[in-house]
Amino acid sequence: MGKIILEMKNITKEFPGVKALDNVNLQVEEGEIHALVGENGAGKSTLMNVLSGVYPYGTYSGDIIYNGEVCKFTKIKDSEEKGIVIIHQELALVPLMSIGENMFLGNEKGSKNHVDWNKTYQEADKYLKMVGLTDSSHTLIKDIGTGKQQLVEIAKALAKQARLLILDEPTSSLNEEDSKALLDLMLEFKKQGMTMIIITHKLNEVVYVADKITIIRDGSTVGGMDCKKDVIDEAHIIKGMVGREITDRFPKRHDVTVGDISLEVKDWSVEHPIYAGRKVVDHVNFNVKSGEVVGIYGLMGAGRTELSMSIFGQSYGANIKGKLFIKGREKVLKSPREAINEGLAYVTESRKVNGLILSNSIKINTTLANMKDVSTNNVIDADKEYAAAVEYKEKLRTKTPTVEQNVGNLSGGNMQKVLLAKWMFANPDILILDEPTRGIDVGAKYEIYCIINDLVKEGKSVVMISSELPEVIGMSDRIYVMNEGRFVAEMPSDQATQENIMAAIIQSGKGR
Amino acid sequence: MKITEVLKKNAMLIILVLVYVFFVITTKGAMFMPLNFNALITQNAYVYILATGMLMCMITGGNIDLSCGSFICFVGAIGGILMVNLGLNPILAILIMLVIGIAYGSLLGFIIAYVNVPPWIATLAGYLSFRGWGTAILSANSDTGSIAPFPDLFINIFSGKIFSTPMKQLNIVCMIVGITAAVIVVLLNFMTRANRVRKGYEADSLLSVVIKSVLSAAAIILVTYKLAMAGGIPTALIWVVAIVLIYNFITSKTVVGRYFYVVGGNAEAARLSGVDNKLIMFLAYLNMEVITVITSYVVIARFQAANSTAGTNYEMDAISACVVGGVSAYGGSGSVFGMVIGATLIGVINLGMSLMGIDANWQKVVKGIVLLAAVVFDIFANRKKR
Repeated sequence: MGKIILEMKNITKEFPGVKALDNVNLQVEEGEIHALVGENGAGKSTLMNVLSGVYPYGTYSGDIIYNGEVCKFTKIKDSEEKGIVIIHQELALVPLMSIGENMFLGNEKGSKNHVDWNKTYQEADKYLKMVGLTDSSHTLIKDIGTGKQQLVEIAKALAKQARLLILDEPTSSLNEEDSKALLDLMLEFKKQGMTMIIITHKLNEVVYVADKITIIRDGSTVGGMDCKKDVIDEAHIIKGMVGREITDRFPKRHDVTVGDISLEVKDWSVEHPIYAGRKVVDHVNFNVKSGEVVGIYGLMGAGRTELSMSIFGQSYGANIKGKLFIKGREKVLKSPREAINEGLAYVTESRKVNGLILSNSIKINTTLANMKDVSTNNVIDADKEYAAAVEYKEKLRTKTPTVEQNVGNLSGGNMQKVLLAKWMFANPDILILDEPTRGIDVGAKYEIYCIINDLVKEGKSVVMISSELPEVIGMSDRIYVMNEGRFVAEMPSDQATQENIMAAIIQSGKGR
Repeated sequence: MKITEVLKKNAMLIILVLVYVFFVITTKGAMFMPLNFNALITQNAYVYILATGMLMCMITGGNIDLSCGSFICFVGAIGGILMVNLGLNPILAILIMLVIGIAYGSLLGFIIAYVNVPPWIATLAGYLSFRGWGTAILSANSDTGSIAPFPDLFINIFSGKIFSTPMKQLNIVCMIVGITAAVIVVLLNFMTRANRVRKGYEADSLLSVVIKSVLSAAAIILVTYKLAMAGGIPTALIWVVAIVLIYNFITSKTVVGRYFYVVGGNAEAARLSGVDNKLIMFLAYLNMEVITVITSYVVIARFQAANSTAGTNYEMDAISACVVGGVSAYGGSGSVFGMVIGATLIGVINLGMSLMGIDANWQKVVKGIVLLAAVVFDIFANRKKR
């Protein structure tokens, strides 16, 4: 048993009307990787915000004992001085500034009124090397990918002399390859004696890196596991998280008949809207039948989102070429409105950025894509609209007191349900779901899968884009593999394995 | 808990009443005189109308129109030439002015929505050019830089009083209109509630509807009584009420009104949900200039002349009214009635300070502070909710 570096005792934190944390206890040993798992809204992030001083001392009850002393942090700087550094889920980097500038933002090198840029970039390069990033520290943040940005965040934390590093969902926007690299980096840091707490939804990652696991459910600790002593598997953790056993992570589909081709794309090419001539989607052919779930798997940046948006009323890209057939008829869709009218729906990848209007109610969001059905002569029928919102709230079991609630107040899983409700209300025949389960917990994921099954049962077609292999394999009837703008493989899901999908990607890369 | 919620929801209205009472006391009752009720409305009619257009722009994402004040001067100058110098039929002149507004609105809307010029730059250009152009027209066509007198027909459509009676003699028409309006408001309140209860929606408690009805009816009857004692309903008030009601309907009950809000709330999400963002932006500015032309009618009719200072800083008054009335400076939220309260609050402060004999320069200082305080207050009120 090593030395306990951090102990959080009986932490209770209340928000008006809600007890977010109720007597939570957490013990972290020096030099271990400690995983904090739990469903969305269980209180993991709140706990870490208490620890890092985002919620100052006095707004919660309980004690934080770090390195043997009781800490009373009143601001983030206080905890950072002690070496506790938190890396949030949403990256906080300034896109138009260089890596070096970002790394020392608020912590500038040099004297009080003068920034020593030479030293800044020299130091920056030093820390970049430690995280295995070879880019120059003069590169602008906007010019590097999300995976590298995550590494910059870690380098930034190291530059603050972190001794306890907290990573909140570090891989949520990374592809498998980058995720793996990040986790290996964590293991590397552990060897050097760093203590880390990782919050994640991806249980395979927990199994891969964690030494100890603390499970939080509904604001209190429901259990801990020691990976050295206990036998850890994903089913075990899931049971602890949701309080019940999920025997099958992917619900079975029954009585679904796959029909005719509903959407077909031929020789589809799209160029980048700013960098003319750069092909983002390269001669893609694919189709989806009614009653079928087609999975498109690809790493981040493979062009999946660009492909779907360009199909959805040319809402992305320039110089779009190719043919689009809906139920056998060729169509040219010039705007999202035309696409919706032809029975297409595109459920966006990011709920908050381009999916929902957070400052508006569930009701307003639900009917947005199909105002026609709740209005006569352009005048909104308040009764119809309310009834529609309630219907979908109940159908999808969205957890909310009323449909007048602002979407911004919902948890990730419930937001995703509202987003789905919006598109289901538009009554499409073909739904393109872009990362429909990103950043939501196991329980909510299962519900989303059930909704997808219900949709295809009604004879609709679903195109599911995902970067989680088990999900693609578990949910699809057929899988297309996309890499660097091209479709590099197609396989029925019963022949698909994680290995042969990855192999297809790697081989296509070599062929170039 | 309920009471604090009610207070918070109606904070601006309560502040308005408090400020009003404050001025009634400090002006020893002058503020409460019929004449000053009339002054409050006729002096501020332009703010209500112009701010309605500004509201529609601001909802789409905190976009503003800096050119409207100058455009009032320009359109006024054109109107002066048409009606006074050329002796054109006023109705025809009104239509021509409206067409000019539509032309400028379409151009501005096109530049902002389809050429992607940021609104404040596009309208800054109009702010400079129209003031210059208007002034140039006025000084070229008159010796004094001001064109007058406008025909009576024009003046009577946009200013003066309906069924005017002498001062201190109760205007019967005004009272009847006021009482009818009060009855309609009360009926609407109860019908809305009954409807909601019947369908099982959330509804306010009966007590709160009764209180709301009594207070609003009392306020309407008080105002109309005062106006009845001051000679009758100002014509400008009819224009204001009509425009406010129309736009309240558009913003709260129509699909296009909803689209204005969602574009301001999240433009990208709106676009991918099939909303034509560019068209909405175009409409916002087209509408703004039509509203500006209507404002210019009211302004010229009130001053009975077109002159080069007409409309100076009106854009700022309109923006202030919106902001004080709780319209988000980032877009996506704000209501017509909120704006009306904001405009009234600013109007009351203006009038009250004038009656107290406060120097005009210091009045500006106070107005600036009120504007800032309103926004800070709004931010804090919203923060508490979380």
